[in-house]
Amino acid sequence: MEIWNRHFECMDRTELRKVQSERLRETVERVYFNVPYYRNKMQEAGIGPESIQTIDDLHKLPFTTKQDLRDNYPFGLFAVPMSEIVRVHASSGTTGKSTVVGYTRRDIATWSEVMARTLTCAGADRNDFIHVAYGYGLFTGGLGLHYGGEKIGASVIPVSGGNTIRQLQLLVDFGSTVLACTPSYALFIAEAIEEAHIKREDLKLRVGVFGAEPWTENMRKEIEQKLNIKAIDIYGLSEVIGPGVASECLMQEGLHISEDHFFPEIIDPKTLEPVPEGKTGELVFTTITKEGLPLIRYRTRDLTRLNYERCRCGRSMVRMEKCLGRSDDMLIIRGVNLFPSQIESVILEMSEIKPHYLLIVDRVNNLDTLELQVEVDEAFFQDKISQLQNLRNKIQTNLESALGLGIKVNLVEPKTIERSEGKSKRVIDKRKF
Amino acid sequence: MIVHQLSVFLENKSGRLTEVLEALGGENIRVTALSVADTTEFGILRMIVSDPARAKEVLKNRQFTVNITDVISIMAPNEAKYYAMVLKILSDRDISIEYTYAFSVGEKSVIILRCSNTETAIQALKDHEMDLIKASDLYKL
Repeated sequence: MEIWNRHFECMDRTELRKVQSERLRETVERVYFNVPYYRNKMQEAGIGPESIQTIDDLHKLPFTTKQDLRDNYPFGLFAVPMSEIVRVHASSGTTGKSTVVGYTRRDIATWSEVMARTLTCAGADRNDFIHVAYGYGLFTGGLGLHYGGEKIGASVIPVSGGNTIRQLQLLVDFGSTVLACTPSYALFIAEAIEEAHIKREDLKLRVGVFGAEPWTENMRKEIEQKLNIKAIDIYGLSEVIGPGVASECLMQEGLHISEDHFFPEIIDPKTLEPVPEGKTGELVFTTITKEGLPLIRYRTRDLTRLNYERCRCGRSMVRMEKCLGRSDDMLIIRGVNLFPSQIESVILEMSEIKPHYLLIVDRVNNLDTLELQVEVDEAFFQDKISQLQNLRNKIQTNLESALGLGIKVNLVEPKTIERSEGKSKRVIDKRKF
Repeated sequence: MIVHQLSVFLENKSGRLTEVLEALGGENIRVTALSVADTTEFGILRMIVSDPARAKEVLKNRQFTVNITDVISIMAPNEAKYYAMVLKILSDRDISIEYTYAFSVGEKSVIILRCSNTETAIQALKDHEMDLIKASDLYKL
């Protein structure tokens, strides 16, 4: 089995720890002197760069959250002058202030490197045709896979998302061997292939690299069976670098984290203390090689656990389990991040409806669906169907322009959405992960 | 003449219509006419009842979204050509009809109309000597 970078991916763990410590020291020094935000936070904690000598000192550093990135929108946490930044991406589906990330030339090289590892993990090489159906643009999925694919010398087909009929034609005509997209889109494509009566023999697909949203083992089985491929789970988030943070190998026994670049910790989201090895908690990353936007102890809110045993594939890189959930109320809908509070702020701006709502998330034909139930304000009700339909359309339009997501809106009778003391139930997620 | 019609917002949920009618029945309120306009998700129930103000209170107390809407009612022979005549009088005066429904009483039919401009519509119908029914008579039917 091929390994892209044997030197690092199979490194002895004691040796690796030395590399990580040295890189952490450099990172802390860099952010302390170049990012006022980090300097202030470290000074408040009564520590300086000299306080961090090895990875064991990491716990002294303060955490960073998505909110910190928003508060410093757009470029406040960048650690290099803008002249060094060669690429900017932004996280999907947020109101107004999205999370903006910047890359130096070396960061792009690092990203390509970890994506090359990911693709090699999935068994891809220079002889493969990689059909990239992740979205290209501000979202990191498309370009992340793209650069990794070029790095390993494969033939990259930058299809981007949507237009499924054309996707099918290209899959057949080009004989793509690797499919890269979200797992739900993979299933969607699988069903479209069945409907179009395309024979499995007409496809050369061998493996798929799927990520950007949570998916179950059952979904994996379904994808593998329907497309007759191996389905590999990949993990990443734009704040850390994008896809490429971690990837399963063909053993499919956990996702190898490129921990010579991204140092993982697992903490208890309530006490913020590290949990014992092997226990489940919130995944926290410190980037130890990034230049543009280094992140110190960034709370991903993803829940998982780590396995430090050497993998049967030969890699020594720690493995994280498939993410089991979130420690906040963020939803991932068709790869777009959504907080219920964003919906609330749209609703609060409209006087025709009451601020009571219920969001129902489901997965129909392998695509996430959103339904918003919202109460009509009695004072607004005028007995005209067209008026109510216009209201519903207006809510839909406002939500779509604010969130970048199509949401089905249902008007319901006043006082029918359950009120509860304290924290009310705003979301019903019927999807099974 | 102007008739106060009761309009109720209803979700498409089974049993909702029953609840409305049971509530009114319990208060001995009579229903002269009833029509439902529906979409896939919700509907609007429109009713001519014996005591619209009290009916509104009854339903409001049961958490229904209720409104009173002004409509016009006309008595005409129950033949299509008379219905057509009524509609033509209004369209000739550029009055648009938001909705209409009708029911028969013996040889006659009662046409309920919701127009863009109720006052102008009544005047137009009067000019053509149409038989406008007073609200108080309608509720007694």
